[in-house]
Amino acid sequence: MALAQADVLAGIKEIVEEVAGIPAASIEMDKNFTEDLEVDSLSMVEVVVAAEERFGVKIPDEAVTDLVTVGDAVNFIVNAAN
Amino acid sequence: MSIKLPAIGNSQILSVGSYRPKRLVPNSEIVDRIESNDEWIQQRTGIQSRRFAGADETVISMAQAACESALKRAKLTIEDIDTLILATISYPFQAPSAATELINVLGNPKAAAFDISAACAGFCYGVAMASDLVRAGTSKNVLVVGVEKLSDFTDPDDRATAFIFADGAGAVIIGQSQEPCIGPAVWGSDADARDAIVLNPAYTEFRNAPDKGVAELGWPNISQQGQTVYRWAVFTVSKVGIKALEAAGVRPDELGAFIPHQANMRIIESMAKEIKIPESVVIADDIRVNGNTSAASIPLAMDVLLEQHPELHGTLALLIGYGAGLVYAAQVVQLPPKP
Ligand SMILES: CC(C)(COP(=O)(O)OP(=O)(O)OC[C@H]1O[C@@H](n2cnc3c(N)ncnc32)[C@H](O)[C@@H]1OP(=O)(O)O)[C@@H](O)C(=O)NCCC(=O)NCCS
Repeated sequence: MALAQADVLAGIKEIVEEVAGIPAASIEMDKNFTEDLEVDSLSMVEVVVAAEERFGVKIPDEAVTDLVTVGDAVNFIVNAAN
Repeated sequence: MSIKLPAIGNSQILSVGSYRPKRLVPNSEIVDRIESNDEWIQQRTGIQSRRFAGADETVISMAQAACESALKRAKLTIEDIDTLILATISYPFQAPSAATELINVLGNPKAAAFDISAACAGFCYGVAMASDLVRAGTSKNVLVVGVEKLSDFTDPDDRATAFIFADGAGAVIIGQSQEPCIGPAVWGSDADARDAIVLNPAYTEFRNAPDKGVAELGWPNISQQGQTVYRWAVFTVSKVGIKALEAAGVRPDELGAFIPHQANMRIIESMAKEIKIPESVVIADDIRVNGNTSAASIPLAMDVLLEQHPELHGTLALLIGYGAGLVYAAQVVQLPPKP
């Protein structure tokens, strides 16, 4: 199933708000998970699992360390799904 | 020709007892060796301090103290105990078992006594077996004890484990009951993830390579893949908790307490969220002060919770044990009555 970037971003915003309590409005493609959004490596595990369930993709452990910004995660998911 | 069997009965937790080592070790004492700091440890795990046993506090002496406290509270003597189940991964002898040493020092060397190896799930495995032994009529009163001296098997220089593991003992007595007070256990393994938490090398390595010895081979300390364990605990093991509630026919809002294995406060909080534990339920957080004591953590947390919240005596609690194996077990129990 093809996923649009805008839909994935909207989904990631909801997930990060749920996991880390960051208002969705302040989450943008260029935000850094750790530095801007206070999503540390353990919260990131929760974001990744929620994203896998929501978008039906697999995000391997090795790939997670490369997901530095919200945009990295969105693009990874879009590519994995398409 | 037929075989005579007693009718299936019910079981309950009659009492709980515990022993905490005397020495409390704050984060400040351990951070230098692992280039860490109090803030990082608390933020990742909730741990502020842990207890390390001294030379005079052994697996057996700690377990003995916990069992004697549980016996006193149940108003039973060791002669009333016909079975002892001991869960540990840190008794330093392969055989005979820690359970036989313990039952001997407790003063009833004729009782059935054996160890189980299910790491941090060991206590819940023991409760599951004890409950079924009592229900089936094989045993009348079973002492279930979880005890660990993990400071003997933790590398103080390992940044992934040194701040987590700790020492202590906790015990419950499981006996007969009119009503069902221990729900069905939901248990199992994810044994294909055996590598996530290990104690290597094997003892035989020291004999096979005497020239190398501990200096080169290392000691069988715990090592773990932290994020793999975190993910498994939060997302797989939480489902086990939900199943245990369903199996017992209990809704989360009917619980008095949630007492999962004390591994990491973030895991505990995320599990509570996944299981939809309402705010009315008291969540055990003994990890903060006393660290992760593996098989001992649930009865230790239960004991302190009942001390801090005496109104929880007789209420329902969800227990979830999980750890190296990977293995897990969960059940709903009625907390013991006020002694
Ligand atoms: C152990 C645990 C706290 C480690 O947290 P983590 O986020 O996985 O840690 P990582 O190894 O990925 O390291 C993340 C960062 O913290 C740093 N770090 C790792 N260990 C550290 C320590 N002890 N002190 C300070 N910083 C540390 C790393 O260098 C890394 O920094 P970087 O992002 O700048 O590169 C966590 O994985 C955990 O609790 N897992 C569950 C384990 C458990 O409960 N086991 C028992 C089950 S019975």
